[in-house]
Amino acid sequence: MRWLLLKDLQILRRSPLQAVLLVAYPVLIAILVGFAISRTPEKPRVAFLNEVPSGARVNVGGQQLPPLNVEGRICARVECVKVKDREEAESRVRSGDVLVALILPANLVDKINSLSTLAPGTPKVEVMVNQEDPLKSQLVNDRLSALLAQANLTIARRIVGEGGHYLDLLINGGELKIAGGTFPILGLRATARILGALQPALPAGPLRNSLQEVESFAEQARDNLNVAKPLISRVAQPIEVEKQVVSGSSPPLEIFAIAVAATLTLAFVTVLLVAGSLALEREENAFPRLTRGLVSPLALLGEKVLLGVAVGLVVTLLMLAGLEIFVPLQWSRFGLWLLAILAGGAGLAAAGAALGAVAREVRAVSLLAFMVTLPIAFLSLVPSGSIGSGLSEVVDVVTALFPFKPALQAMTGALDSAGPSLGGPLLHLAILIAAYGLIARLALRRFSSV
Amino acid sequence: MARVDAALEVQGIVKRFGEREALRGVSFAAGPGERVAVIGPNGAGKTTLLSIMAGIASPDEGEVRETNGGAIGWVPQQAALYRRLTVEENLLLFARLEGHEEPRRSTEEMLELCGLVERRGEIVARLSGGNQQRINIAIGLLSRPAVLLLDEPSVGLDPRQRARLWEFVLGLAAHGTTVIFSTHDIQEAERYGQRLLVLADGESLFDGPTDELREAVRREAPEAADSDFETAFVAYLHHRGH
Repeated sequence: MRWLLLKDLQILRRSPLQAVLLVAYPVLIAILVGFAISRTPEKPRVAFLNEVPSGARVNVGGQQLPPLNVEGRICARVECVKVKDREEAESRVRSGDVLVALILPANLVDKINSLSTLAPGTPKVEVMVNQEDPLKSQLVNDRLSALLAQANLTIARRIVGEGGHYLDLLINGGELKIAGGTFPILGLRATARILGALQPALPAGPLRNSLQEVESFAEQARDNLNVAKPLISRVAQPIEVEKQVVSGSSPPLEIFAIAVAATLTLAFVTVLLVAGSLALEREENAFPRLTRGLVSPLALLGEKVLLGVAVGLVVTLLMLAGLEIFVPLQWSRFGLWLLAILAGGAGLAAAGAALGAVAREVRAVSLLAFMVTLPIAFLSLVPSGSIGSGLSEVVDVVTALFPFKPALQAMTGALDSAGPSLGGPLLHLAILIAAYGLIARLALRRFSSV
Repeated sequence: MARVDAALEVQGIVKRFGEREALRGVSFAAGPGERVAVIGPNGAGKTTLLSIMAGIASPDEGEVRETNGGAIGWVPQQAALYRRLTVEENLLLFARLEGHEEPRRSTEEMLELCGLVERRGEIVARLSGGNQQRINIAIGLLSRPAVLLLDEPSVGLDPRQRARLWEFVLGLAAHGTTVIFSTHDIQEAERYGQRLLVLADGESLFDGPTDELREAVRREAPEAADSDFETAFVAYLHHRGH
């Protein structure tokens, strides 16, 4: 077997393009992934035009709220490009310089202030978007929805806060400041107390009974408004999220990205190399000569799997070493990395051997390997629950039949302790190695056909 | 009937592919150093017969016996070697796989034998078809076989390459190697084969020396007796219902 392995490595060395691709591909992937995960996400560029007069303030119940600092809040979340007028905003959106233009019209504060009047208006902000690109359009919609929800929440909290203050005043009494003046408010609590004190001074009769009813009303109103206060405070944010992890633990996103890149590299290197190398034995007419007592078909398959695992191991380790430049990896887990790469590589190599034995011709094998590996890899990355349950089950079955997903799980688990445990994926891979080995062995019978 | 001095015996070989019978009870034997040409039109079953003798395919009925305990060397029609390896690397690989104790020495011997010592370091893909075929044969000889099977060895070679190839093969036979080769070129079979085995539609029509075949052709197709041997042979096949 070692002579065959040596022969395959010699052939690989004699195919400079193939060898360069095998090294260049993981290096390229490593660089791309490294840049992608090491840079902080860029803020979207937004053209911003604030037409609201500088002194305008939101009033609630005749009282001015502190400045909302809308501009500051928005520009903290996006990269604001301040524009002087609507024409410039439109021009920047049209040219693609900015993702979107956000305009706060001059009457925005007036409209917000009208919310607490008998003739409430609808405060609006204006948005200009370029819908040419559906992906960009979706991104803009999501960002705007988030910004609007944030702004609404801020305003609602302020209004609710003020409302709570007035309720306090109504219940407990105090001083109401309106239009520069101060007005004393007695409050329901004091009203009830005064009415209670007055009652003994009145003779028993209809007047005293009426006074008692008024006193009861004041007490009931005080108690009920006390209950209403926390209720109103929940209006601004009626639903809160309480996250509880019931299954699985997830490693940091950058570690998962590295695991994906490493598994993708391992998959392409091993599947293509093993499938191509096996098909080459037939194209060179060497298979019948080899299996005529020199090497058993099973040993030949074993040699191809070994070739794929060995080359895949080297290339994947090179890639991980390259990624270390961007993201620190836990080298203390190196033993687990090796285990995951060897097991994942063996599973993928066995699948490659089956593809090579079935397709038989090098060109057909290369095409088939790409056509199988790429979609399976993408399907393996679809999160459960993000698609319909029926489709999700189909995806689960399809991805379980190919070693990419368990190899990815093993790699993620090996790279970070928060990843999935290695036991399940390794068992899964062992089953797939046996299954694909059997398919390859059966398919090799056609190799010798006269 | 089995030959006492036979190096290889083939008895009642039947091979079916589905409904079709590719070989119908073919039997023959070849002695040491004998050159046997298996001839017949395309689809006669020549490659199938050689593949069965080589152990690549198994017969549905019948058996193949190598009587002297030596190996059977097999040289497939299309060169079975690695085109991205050098001449020397190919020979060394197969010598190692054959389990030779001194694979480098065996490689040197084969390089000498096939006359490619000076081209040992060249990538096989850059060699001519004739030279590739010589390496193909040399690999088949690495097992030091008592019987060498050659499946249409001269296909695709120019006359000069063909002449060098046959000179090489005749030299092997002269040293006692039984050579069984298939061809659909009747003149080549007549020139290099001592005995001819004629196959048509999987059936063995004739087994004997070249002169006897000429006599059989004259006897069974007298109208073509004055034509060249190839024309007469085609007429003979026609008379035999093929």
